[in-house]
This record gives sequence, structure tokens and C-alpha cells, in this order.
Amino acid sequence: MPSDLSARHILEFPGGYTRTTGPVIGRFLTELRDGRIVGVRTADGRTLVPPLEYDPHTGDPVTGEYVQVGPAGTVAEWTWVTAPRAAHPLDRPFAWAMIRLDGADTALVHAVDTGHPKAIRAGLRVWPRWRAERVGQITDIECFVPEVTMIVSPVRTEYTVTPGRALTRFLEGVRDGILLGGRCATCDKVYLPYRISCPECGSPIEEERQVSDTGTVTTFAINNLPDPRAPEVPFVSAYILLDGADTPMIALVGGVPAHEVRQGMRVRAVWVPEAERTLSMTNITWFAPTGEPDAELEA
Amino acid sequence: MRAVAVAAFAQTVHTGHDTGLSEPELLLPVLAEVRAKSGLRAFGFTCSGSCDYLAGAPFSFVSALDALGAWPPISESHVEMDAAFALYEAWVRLQHGDVDSALVYGFGKSSLGDLREIMTLQLDPYYLAPLGLDQLSYAGLQAAALGADRAELDAIVRRCRADGRRNPYALDLPDPTEQDDGHAAPITDGAAAVVLVAGDLLREYPRLAYLTGIAHRIEPHYLGMRDLARSPSAADAATAAGVGKGRVDVAELHTQFSHEELILREALGLPPDTLINPSGGPLAANPVMATGLIRVGEAAQRILDGTAGRAVAHATGGPCLQQNLVAVLSEEA
Amino acid sequence: MGNRCAVIGVGQTHYTTKRRDVSMAGLVREAALRALEDAELTFRDIDAVVIGKAPDLFEGVMMPEAYLADALGAAGKPVTRVHTAGSVGGSTALVGASLIQGGVHDRVLVVAYEKQSESNATWALSTHLPFTASLVVGAGGYFAPHIREYVRRSGAPAHIGALVAVKDRRNALKNPYAHLRIPGIDRAMVESTPMLWEPIRYLETCPSSDGACALVLASERAATGRPAWVHGTAMRSEPIFRAGRDTVNPRAGQDCAADVYRQAGITDPRREIDVAEVYVPFSWYEPMWLENLGFADLTEGWKLTESGATALDGDIPWNASGGVLSSNPIGASGLIRFAEAALQVRGLAGEHQVAGARTALGHAYGGGAQFFAMWIVGADKP
Ligand SMILES: [Zn+2]
Repeated sequence: MPSDLSARHILEFPGGYTRTTGPVIGRFLTELRDGRIVGVRTADGRTLVPPLEYDPHTGDPVTGEYVQVGPAGTVAEWTWVTAPRAAHPLDRPFAWAMIRLDGADTALVHAVDTGHPKAIRAGLRVWPRWRAERVGQITDIECFVPEVTMIVSPVRTEYTVTPGRALTRFLEGVRDGILLGGRCATCDKVYLPYRISCPECGSPIEEERQVSDTGTVTTFAINNLPDPRAPEVPFVSAYILLDGADTPMIALVGGVPAHEVRQGMRVRAVWVPEAERTLSMTNITWFAPTGEPDAELEA
Repeated sequence: MRAVAVAAFAQTVHTGHDTGLSEPELLLPVLAEVRAKSGLRAFGFTCSGSCDYLAGAPFSFVSALDALGAWPPISESHVEMDAAFALYEAWVRLQHGDVDSALVYGFGKSSLGDLREIMTLQLDPYYLAPLGLDQLSYAGLQAAALGADRAELDAIVRRCRADGRRNPYALDLPDPTEQDDGHAAPITDGAAAVVLVAGDLLREYPRLAYLTGIAHRIEPHYLGMRDLARSPSAADAATAAGVGKGRVDVAELHTQFSHEELILREALGLPPDTLINPSGGPLAANPVMATGLIRVGEAAQRILDGTAGRAVAHATGGPCLQQNLVAVLSEEA
Repeated sequence: MGNRCAVIGVGQTHYTTKRRDVSMAGLVREAALRALEDAELTFRDIDAVVIGKAPDLFEGVMMPEAYLADALGAAGKPVTRVHTAGSVGGSTALVGASLIQGGVHDRVLVVAYEKQSESNATWALSTHLPFTASLVVGAGGYFAPHIREYVRRSGAPAHIGALVAVKDRRNALKNPYAHLRIPGIDRAMVESTPMLWEPIRYLETCPSSDGACALVLASERAATGRPAWVHGTAMRSEPIFRAGRDTVNPRAGQDCAADVYRQAGITDPRREIDVAEVYVPFSWYEPMWLENLGFADLTEGWKLTESGATALDGDIPWNASGGVLSSNPIGASGLIRFAEAALQVRGLAGEHQVAGARTALGHAYGGGAQFFAMWIVGADKP
């Protein structure tokens, strides 16, 4: 794996997902914000904590009856975390536990801060440690602590991503100012960018084939919404069939007013200076008109 | 039900790191291998399993169609579940009677992100995910609920890793140590594919692994609202699939944690002499989204190569064995 | 196509930009409970549940079927989660129907949803991995070039898109569940809105909606009430990067239609289908799909639209419900097409009922116009 082709990729919806709670979860979180824990009664008289809108075993709606439970409870099961993760409620070793709050028929999952694994056991009585500033999140309870002693929902996942074998080969070409395609011997079609198998027949593609950096705009959109990848608004994103390739690539068209771009227009890649080239498609700033007469389009 | 059988199975040589291949590139040789083994180029139905959050981008399954060479256009569907559930969908489709073959595949690269935290995103988004409860943590709660003997669990890990070292497709993992206790399935990249046949095609193969029963069930999600030490959904699926109707030579179980073997053994009602995870199981190779399908494939392979006459495969989804699929494979229809 | 299958219950939520009053489970339960009420059943009567939605990035919940299973009364039952891009709602119905056609179950609950307001669709759809060479800005940026190519090939006049935008929104005024309700909408209003991705104007695009849709499907022996009978089901997919792929008139759509018509015994869709609910997220896709689905000859689809044939009072109404252009909870949008087709042949479509509808098409597509799902439903038992 080429070490220079590895990138951090972060998937994070800016600001966090805005989760509407509905009435039942909303009631629970509202009570929580006020420092109370409530459960909801099912039709058969059990108390669910945390409350759901439905009896999890039957799907029937729960009753509208809320009952205050806890705040103390009893640890049923627990597991110790020696190395807390960034997303965990505590930044020091703690236990995850299933806690049966007084008056509840189900167990609440939460963290228990005992400092040491020897200090936690099934049957331990625990109380919530409330955050001073509560917002209506399950984490308004910072954790539970042994008796007497005591939501915007960010979703972020991080990856290390590599381009794959075929795209790596293609990007190496782009670094060297070459557009590399692959020819399927069975179908006699040249695929751009280079790929290792044919989308039509599934055969491995073994023959690399360099294609021209000139081509024809087959069709395009004039985009009036700004995009970080485009220099200005409006900008043209076009399907460009490069000479010698049988599949179009999508790229910016520049060096010409957006409304003068035509289907059939002949264009050429505008490369960044050689010294600035990297293993990336950004080596091509955009495609600009060659001035040749327009190509004939298929009927 | 209409007789359906596994005719071919293939898997990648799984790795514990990113080898630089994209998902479709991982899949390509596997597809070629099941096509060669089954002698089939096109299929009446195709179904796959993969996960966008594992890949870090939406529509992770789309480019797999290009690897497949899906032309002319194919009758195809996708589940955002382990590919064993795609196999179930294909089995249902073959029950219609109008098509006689199906291709099933699954793939995943757990090496790209932090699998333990990605699995947090599958939890109840109001009560559990905001706690940051990760996969190792909720598995720890289940292990605690079961209260299994540590030595017994260590023995499971030792056995699975030893079996894995004999399996050319599994990871080469050493005997467990204090630092590397091996109770959690390893991070793995890989892919797998299975070909199912029915109808007239059944006569084309000298030996087949018949799917004599297959069923899946789910149970409530929230961890505090079910008994984590038991798996009633696995038990129900096993009953529906007919596990108890005959001997079980081999069982391939989707055990992502060592303690799950004990829970599943009881839920499935496996006899004491049943060989569990002779492939090494997920504790020796766990390409998420393909792991369950590989259980079906490994069980089928035992029938195809004549080392077993009747085998059970299990696949799971959701936290703490929330959802379970059980299949029975047999040399006889 | 196996055993007979019928739609015996349909449930929808109201579609709107933000359903602030419900949780995710609350949203799907609203549609599911309405479908069950329509079928006069409860969760206890259901054998299996099939859940469909578009990418998990929309709500930031991975494989949410695990969390939603008990909200849908599925404890102890099989649950399947379908994801086939934009066609997913249609595929979800087909996976549910398959369980009955295959003789595995008698009553299946099918639910599809999207709660787009939890994040932002353009963000979720434009999340690109490093190293991809793609320069696509949302769905509109992807489909606009293909629309331009359609206009070139067909010689369609520029106002056809606006006609579809007006027609579907007028239909939406007759559908109590529809999201976009624009009284007095006309061609001038549509044409006065800005070009987003030329040739697509703002009012020629679908909205971003929260919503869910549910069906109860039944085997012949479990069918009750006024069923819509399934006469044909088909799905087709094709690779996006194939050389020479026709993105205006994709082969997968043609093949899928041919398959579903063959099963239903339809040789002339224009005459034999009474009403069609077709996935039209950008107005120009009506004339394009009229051709792709065989309702019009190649390059002639726009003439059918222009003649008023696809209007509610035309001879082949398309999207009497207002269509995707009026309500678009992405993962549910395909299932809504399938559900509305069923409502029409059951005679239960209310104010947007097409009089005497006995045969209807439900259609969905997704990805780069490469995934297709369709069914034909009829008032008569096949
Ligand atoms: Zn080829």
C-alpha cells in the first residue's frame, strides 16, 4: 500500500443530528433535565425505564401513565472499562452497568463511577450523579455512583481510507500528467479511469491504455449552487468523453462563460504546473475549449 | 418448501489490515471463484449485504455491481445487514419457482475505521448511543450477565485460534495471552460469496449442501429489557429451521465474542459432540457483513467435501445477539 | 411469481419538512398503525416485518432496524432491512411481497421511512471519500446533464418540465398527506423560480420530507377487505460505469418494465394501465420515464405530457397523488408510489381517485438511474 495515498476521512454531520424525541422520550428527557427519572407503565402493569412508546415485547402502545422511579437503583450486571474512549461519559476507568432503578421492571444502561473494579458488584446500590447543567440528554446523568457518595447527538466516525488498486494506478498516472484507462479485451472498450474489471462482462482488465487529455463534452449541468470544489458560481460540471476512451468522466469546464458551453464542444485538460502535481485529480484544474469545431453528437 | 442447495462458496484470504484493495476489488476474485465452481455465469437473482457506516460513505453496495459485470441488467437487491440475511432473501426468492439460481455476496473492511465505535451507532439513538457505549462494552455486559467461567472462555479462544491457523482463509493468530486475550473477534477485511441452486439445476451437481431449513428472529433492542444471558430469538430460529430434527455434525456460529458460543450452544440445543466452528469461526476471522455468510459457506463446504452430513450455520445482527438466523444444511434434500 | 399476494392495508404519515412532534420510532409507528387499522389487524397478526430506508447517514443511526424492531411489534419475528438507494421503498415492498409469493408467510408488514430533518440530504448524498474523482453536487447536479441530453435528443420544448411541476403540485392539493401544497401554482410561478442545476429550476425539484409509509401484505387465504392484488413484481439493476450506458433511457428500466408487464399480461401499457405512480423527483423525468416504460415512443414522451394525457383527468394519469415532486421522504418515496397504486385499484384514494381504476403501476428508481423496482396491482385476482 503506497503510504502517500492514505487519508483521514471524517464522516460528521455538521452540528450534530437534530433528533426529535416524540412525547415519551421527550417526557423522560424533560424530567431528567429537572433531575427526576420517570418510567412509563405498560398495559400489563410493568414499568419501563427508560420509557418507550411501545411495549417492546408486543409492540402495543404503552399507557400514558408515568411513574417516578429511583433515583437510586441496584446494579444487576456490570463490565469494567480500563481504557475509556473519547465518547464515553467518564475519562477515567469505570463500569458499564445494567441498573434496576427502584420501582422499575427493566434495567437502565449507564456508567458507574466506583474508581476501582473491586468497588463494584452485582447488588450494589447506586445513585445518579447529575450534571450541574442539564440539557435533556441521557448524559444529564453523568454516571451513577455508589449509594450516599453521591441532546444534540454528535455522530462522528473516522476512517483511514486508501483508493484501491485501480484508482491508485490511475492517480499515479495523473501525477505524471497521464490519463490512464483500461481496455476490456472481451468487449473492446476502454474504461476511464483505469479499473481492474469490466462492468459489462466482469472480466479482469489487463491492458492499460493511455487516453488523450482532449475530448468532447457529451452533456453538462450549469450549477448555480456554490460548491467548495468549484471556483465560482455558476460553474459547469460536464460529462467529457476523452479521445480514446469509451466512458465519460465528470469534470469542471472552465475558461469559458457557463452559458457558452455546448454539447459537442471540444475541450482539453488544463493541468496545474508539473511542480505542483500530486496523486490527485486536482492536477487538472478543469477542461477548457480547444477552439476546434464541435463534434457530431449521436442522434 | 422447494429444495434449495448451496452449490458453491468462496471467500477471500482475510486480512487484519488494509491491503490497499477497494471493496469491489476484494470481491472480484471471490465472484470469479463461485462462478467457476458453480459453472454459472448469470443468476436468476442476486442479493448482497454491506454497510455504509463501515465503508464511511453512502451507497457502499453500488460499485459492487460493476465488479459483478451486471449486464444485461440483473434482478438484484441489497440488505444493510450481514450477507447471511441476503442469503435468506435469495432462498425466499427461489421459493417462487420461476428462477433456479441465486448469487449472494457480502463484503466489509473493518480496518478503515474504529469498528468498536462504529457499532455504537447501531444503538438506540436516544438512550444508548449518546452514552458512547461501544461494542466491547456492551459485549462485556452480556458476558457479565452470563457469568461464564473465565477458563472455559479462554479455552474457546485457544481452540478457535488454533483452528483458524489451520484454515488458509482465516487470520494467523497466536495462542491468547494476557495482553491479547482474544475474547473479541479480530478486526478483519474480507468478502465472501455463495451460489444457491434449485429446480432442474439441482441435477447438475454431483454433491450439494441442501438448505433443509432456514429462519431468523429478532428480540427487543434495549439491553435492559431482555435477558442477555439467553437468546430466545436464536432458540426460536433454531426450532423453525429444524435443528433438533437430526444429528448435528458441525455448527458454524457467528460468535463475535467467546461467551456467545455458550449462549448459542444452549439456544440452538446443540448436542455435546457437535464440532463448533472448525474453521476457527469469527474469533479467527471476522470480515463484518460477510462473517455470517461465511458461516453458511463453511458449513456447506463441510457437506460438499464430505466431512459432514448435517451441519448448522448461525448468523447474527444487532447488539448482544439481538437478531439471529439459523440454517440447517444437509447432504440430503 | 409464486403464490398470490394482496395489499390489504395502507398507512401513511403526513409528509412535511420537519416532524418535530415524533421520535423516529413514533414516525414509523404512525404509518404502521394506520396500515394495520386499514387491514383491521394488530401487530400480533403479523408474521414478519420488512424495513426500508435510504442511507443511514440521513439520521446517523446505523442499521436502525435493530432499534426499530420492537417499535414495529417485531419481537420474536423475522425483520429484514432493505437498502437499494432511491428505489429502496419499491424494493422494500417487493421483498415483503416475495415472502408471501414464496409461501413463507401469510401477513407481512412493510415499512419505509426517512427523517431527513435530522440532518441534511445534500450533505448525506455528497459525502465523498478521499480519492474519488467525482464532481457531483447532490442529486440535482447528477441528473441535470441527463435531462439536458433528453431535451437534445427529443427536441422537447423548454416548458415541458414546468408543466409536470404544475400538474403534480395541483394533484397534491387533493392529497391530504402531501408535503408541498402550493395553491394557485402555475407555469409562470414555476418558471419564475431560479435555476439550481440548469436545466432544473427550483420548483421542478422534489422537496426534502420527513415521513413514513406502511403496507400490510397478505396471502390469498389471509386476504380480507378490499385487496389490491399483485399482478407482477420486478427489480433490475445495472452497473453505473458500463461503457455506452444510456443514462437517458436505461436498459434496466426497460427490462424491468418488460418483465412486470409480461407477468401482468400487459402488452400496451398506455391503454391497459389505468393509473401510474412513477418516481419523478425532477419534473423532466416524467417524459423520460414515459418513454422508458413504453407509454410513448422514443422522443415522444413530452408530447404525451404536453397533451394533458398524464393529468388527473387525462387518459393515463401519472402521479395522481402529487408524486415525489410533492412529497419526498427519500427512503419511503418508492413505497409511497407502490402504496398509492394499491389505493387507486382499491378505490380508496379519496379526492385524487382516478375513476374506475382497476390496474395500476407502482415504480421506483435509484442510484445513477440504475436500480429499478416495479409492481402492477389490480382490483381483480390474477
Ligand atoms: Zn468486458
